[in-house]
Amino acid sequence: MTTATASKPGAAGPTTAARPSLKVPVSLGVLSLVALVFFGFFGPSKTAEMKVSEQGDAIVLPALLIPGQAGGIVLAVLLLAMAAYSIYLWTKGERSPKWLPIVFAVVFVFALLVWIVAGAREPSISLAGLIAGSVTLAVPLVFGSLSGVLCERVGVVNIAIEGQLLGGAFTAALVATVTHNAYIGLLAAAAAGALVSMVLAVFSIKYLVNQIIVGVVLNVLVSGVTGFLFGTVMAPDKELFNTPPRLDILPIPVLSDIPLIGPILFEQSVAGYLMYVAVAVVWVGLFKTRWGLRVRAVGEHPQAADTLGINVNATRFWNVTLGGAIAGIGGAIFTLVTIDSFTKEISGGRGFIALAALIFGRWNPIGAFLASLLFGFAYNLQSILGIIGTPVPSQFMAMLPYLVTIFAVAGLVGKSRPPAASGIPYVKG
Amino acid sequence: MTTKDNTPAGDSPEETGNEVQAADVALDTAGGTLEPSLVPVSTQSGDTGHQQDTVLRRIVMGNGFVSLLAVFVALVLGGLLIASTDQNVAKSAGYFFARPTDFLYYLWGAMTKSYVALFQGSVFNPRQGFSPLLETMTVATPLICAGLGVALAFRAGLFNIGAQGQIIISATLGAYAGFAWHLPPVLHLIVVVVMGVIGGAAWGAIVGLLKARTGAHEVIVTIMLNYVALFLLDFLLNTAAFRRPGDNSPISPRLDESAVYPQLIPGSRLHLGFLVAVALTAGVWWLLNRSTIGFEFRAVGANPAAARTAGVNVQAATILVMAVAGALSGFGGVAQVAGTEKVLTGGVAAQIGFDAITVALLGRSTPWGTFFAGLLFGAFRAGAVQMQIQTGTPIDIVLVVQSLIVLFIAAPPLVRSIFGLNPGRKKRAKAAPKAAVATGGAK
Amino acid sequence: MGVVKLELQGISKAFGSFYANQDIDLVVESGQIHCLLGENGAGKSTLMNVLYGLYEPTAGRILVDGKPVTFRGPGDAMAAGIGMVHQHFMLVPVFTVAENVALGAEPTGPGGLLSLDTTRRKIREISDRYGFDVDPDALVEDLPVGVQQRVEIIKALVRNAKVLILDEPTAVLTPQETDELLDIMRQLKASGTSIVFISHKLREVKAVSDVITVIRRGKVVGDAPPTASPTELASMMVGRPVSLSLDKAEAQPGDRTFVVKDLTVRAANGTNVVDGISFDIAQGEILAVAGVQGNGQTELTEAILGVQDHVSGSVTLDGKELLGLPVKDVLRSGVGFVPEDRTHDGLVGPFSVAENLVLDLYDRAPFAKGVGMNPAKVAENAAAKIKEFDIRTPSAGSAAGTLSGGNQQKVVMARELSRPLRLFIASQPTRGVDVGSIEFLHRRIVAERDAGTPVMIVSTELDEVVELADRIAVLYKGKLVGIVPAGTPRDTLGLMMAGVGPEGGSDDN
Repeated sequence: MTTATASKPGAAGPTTAARPSLKVPVSLGVLSLVALVFFGFFGPSKTAEMKVSEQGDAIVLPALLIPGQAGGIVLAVLLLAMAAYSIYLWTKGERSPKWLPIVFAVVFVFALLVWIVAGAREPSISLAGLIAGSVTLAVPLVFGSLSGVLCERVGVVNIAIEGQLLGGAFTAALVATVTHNAYIGLLAAAAAGALVSMVLAVFSIKYLVNQIIVGVVLNVLVSGVTGFLFGTVMAPDKELFNTPPRLDILPIPVLSDIPLIGPILFEQSVAGYLMYVAVAVVWVGLFKTRWGLRVRAVGEHPQAADTLGINVNATRFWNVTLGGAIAGIGGAIFTLVTIDSFTKEISGGRGFIALAALIFGRWNPIGAFLASLLFGFAYNLQSILGIIGTPVPSQFMAMLPYLVTIFAVAGLVGKSRPPAASGIPYVKG
Repeated sequence: MTTKDNTPAGDSPEETGNEVQAADVALDTAGGTLEPSLVPVSTQSGDTGHQQDTVLRRIVMGNGFVSLLAVFVALVLGGLLIASTDQNVAKSAGYFFARPTDFLYYLWGAMTKSYVALFQGSVFNPRQGFSPLLETMTVATPLICAGLGVALAFRAGLFNIGAQGQIIISATLGAYAGFAWHLPPVLHLIVVVVMGVIGGAAWGAIVGLLKARTGAHEVIVTIMLNYVALFLLDFLLNTAAFRRPGDNSPISPRLDESAVYPQLIPGSRLHLGFLVAVALTAGVWWLLNRSTIGFEFRAVGANPAAARTAGVNVQAATILVMAVAGALSGFGGVAQVAGTEKVLTGGVAAQIGFDAITVALLGRSTPWGTFFAGLLFGAFRAGAVQMQIQTGTPIDIVLVVQSLIVLFIAAPPLVRSIFGLNPGRKKRAKAAPKAAVATGGAK
Repeated sequence: MGVVKLELQGISKAFGSFYANQDIDLVVESGQIHCLLGENGAGKSTLMNVLYGLYEPTAGRILVDGKPVTFRGPGDAMAAGIGMVHQHFMLVPVFTVAENVALGAEPTGPGGLLSLDTTRRKIREISDRYGFDVDPDALVEDLPVGVQQRVEIIKALVRNAKVLILDEPTAVLTPQETDELLDIMRQLKASGTSIVFISHKLREVKAVSDVITVIRRGKVVGDAPPTASPTELASMMVGRPVSLSLDKAEAQPGDRTFVVKDLTVRAANGTNVVDGISFDIAQGEILAVAGVQGNGQTELTEAILGVQDHVSGSVTLDGKELLGLPVKDVLRSGVGFVPEDRTHDGLVGPFSVAENLVLDLYDRAPFAKGVGMNPAKVAENAAAKIKEFDIRTPSAGSAAGTLSGGNQQKVVMARELSRPLRLFIASQPTRGVDVGSIEFLHRRIVAERDAGTPVMIVSTELDEVVELADRIAVLYKGKLVGIVPAGTPRDTLGLMMAGVGPEGGSDDN
């Protein structure tokens, strides 16, 4: 009788779990068929050359030579196999494992690359350069999306990533030039990002202004202020205010000579290494520590956190501020690593790609990191496409991150669930 | 039963004068007053809850007055930013304690110089009379149209950040019809307008469709579609179909004379599009306040669950409202290519789609509010050019002032506290001091 | 650790000019179950939120063991040995039980990393001691409501609560689960925990309390012993003598014009939340649907209205199939529908009273012609309905969200009853409504029945079901346990609400 009365009104019993969604198997299936037709049957006849090592590397590996059509077919078959596995799992009522879509994406992107390169005027690219370049371009995105993760996990929507990046870029250039020290510039960028975030925090937490509105308006404000100061301060006296020293690239001896991964992991600026650290720290912090448990509780059910003596608004305030600081560091990359001076709108919408990356990465630091890498790759490919002369217009490559994100939020690529209280201000009572 | 007291008002159909008025209020203010004026959707009017207040208090506490104060504070802050980079101000600050009057003199001078130039470039100057005002109206036209699109969506509870993309697509389609097809006058213009508006509506409807069918958040989708539209335009301008024959730069041929809005006043750029914008404003007002469709939009915006229970097809309303919003932005795109610019370039939409958001917010999402906010920001934009030429103050200051205005308007308690107007005991401001305690604890 | 004596002296709590609590004195002796009895909206929950540190009192003080204390937040209250189980559970659905219990007082290992082993151990201990059967590693969102409530109790006990506040804990439970909870409360009391039990249900209060304090309109009316009679307690609650029964004439059932057959609603997770239900209602008859919250009532009514997906079976009104029709067409077939949650589904809060009174009539004559609306007719209608239903509002233009619960409900009722109906469905017609309005609304419902309309009432309040029903249908886990005549003993109904059929349970009377 006691077990019978432990009723479950309305709630679903865990044992009667529903069938997993068909979306993943179907999307994988469709994509692999697309790959088979385009990359395989209609694949280019030339052979793609992918150089793995640069000349002068300690270890020189031979370049990969992949015939366009045959390679396309082989890779497409591989994709089909993965899609079939996913469908097989579905018929058994199981979900596809998490690694499957990721591996699928990597292989698909590689097949796409072969297809593009083999179809180009000069079918040869440096794979190492391509990947290293992608990582470089992804660094600001990673910082930006980590900022978004921190803010959204605690319940504040951060549309102002763009403004935080831009503020960071400007301040880094200005301070680094004036102090002749790139590291002080980096710190100043973090402070600037934090400041932008504090405005977001104050208006959304204290004045309960809609967070999306504050974010949108903050982007305009930062764009205006930096543009104004650029015009009145930096442009008239570039020597004095806009010639920041660069952050040195600090290759780690020996390790940086490893082909492919060497330049990615072990030949970075301080900010580049910081990125890996930040991803790891944020992930461990969010999911393994007291701080993270409280942050997530505030983002999911602020009232519950409040009744346990957690100060919801203070937690939100400091997390949003921290997020801004991280995005500020990301902005510094533009002026201290990538380009050697500040120009107006230097972030160029990268903040919105970071936003896209965080959604595509499902509000998870590692997911956001991987999504940022993918989008950085798309960015890099876009510029390389122009150089090697492919028939694919670079604009479509540039659209890719945005389209992928639309598919992601529309639930066509897995289900994204934001923190439950994200965007909702907390008022007691 | 025969006493006078027993004659109930409203029993006879003629006796409805008071009620009619009451209903007017009801329909006009239906944006509601529950949320303390923080979300634009619910900021239609703050009057219903204030009936016991004095008239003065209502003016001082009312949204209109706070909006004025917000504009004032934003202008002062912008002026301080301008002054902070002024040579003379910096110099005189060095000997501030010796001669503070110098500092104040230069400070005032720096602040006012730019704004005077801004005013002269946008409203009136001795040389040209009021002709700058015509330029202001020209610049304001697409802002008003797109602002209406954003405002309408706000009222239905949707954040339409996508006016930029909607403008781009409509400008592209409209321009194509304008330079590639050659039709008789009048008909040609109509075709251009229709093409553009359909383009904008379709681009907006995609958002509504995704939102209604999959629950995808419209903010994300609109932001992403802005970029998709931008790159699409960039791609098209590099194709033979859109490029000028014999020209390698990404610019389209001029639109046919038959395809553009007629000029309204000789010697200015003001075109028929402005009158279209006025008509659209009136139309949106009627749609929102006097039509069943607007009733549905507002109901869906304020409480979709209750709207659904009352028989409103929420999905259809979502798609429709985004389509209409896109169509309104589309009028803005058409005004750009068929009115102001007469060619299609990559920068045809400039910042209009983003400015439109601030325009709608400043206008508190009411049609006429949006109209006048559009005029104000149009004046900023038009005057800023003159200001940069005359005083060297970068146009970017307009962005600063614009965004500050919106920030302050969104936070009435902040503006009131700047001017020491906080009503303290009032229920409307209840949330602010509470939150203040919380943030205070954070510091 | 000793037992704790808790005193409230002269507590007042104002929101603006409205006093939710006024000058309240209360003494909770250690080791007692002290009941706070009062109507919805009497100020019980506000008082407890003050006691728990969520609200700062406007005036008055709190004493623990004779010493005055100030609670700046729930943390202080917990430190003083006060724990609270809220009416709406304060659990993070995506966290495990252990994470929820640990939250706010997390044990950490080296490097600030969480180490929840001690928490798990404590949960198992408490779970074993009281027979809770809670798995520390289960995700809260997967747990049934009753178990979630136990997690809340564990949360308080892990924090060494000496005084446990239970805010309307039985609202979501079956009568049998309620009995189990009352047992748990007695056990806790035996082990030295004081309990403040907030309820408006006389039966439970009488069953378990040592002392009863009655609160009305924010003030203490007086104390009563648990031996006081229900009518006595009810009169104290309401402030005037009440008869606990409604005068209504015998039903005159006519044709069975509303027929539901094999109605099934499948939820997103594949379970049937409404499972093959069949019944019919005659003209001039009230069928009351009883059951504990969350057993498919919401889905049943929403399926009839047409806002549920994945519905199969058949619903006919006057011989016409309603399933598959858009909501608008269902309403136009003559269905009046009062949703269970008026603020969520019944009203558009920021809209004026006048607009809310035409919320599902706005596009019909006389209020609209084509797509244009007629504000004069909307206003006329508002004036008439405000008068007829005695809706207390500053004006027809006031936002509906600013009205009191009772007046909001009157707006919804007035709207739904203002057209000729072929079927009237009302869910929780008097939830959160003051007693005066309850009587009025009940009379209107009976009047609609007497006018020859089939009426379906859904209520989780057994009192209301018994009062209104001509026949009673009981739902359990989406299935129809049975349909019994009015006058069926409450014990039988209680067992049916726990899923035991009427044949098995009706032998005792």
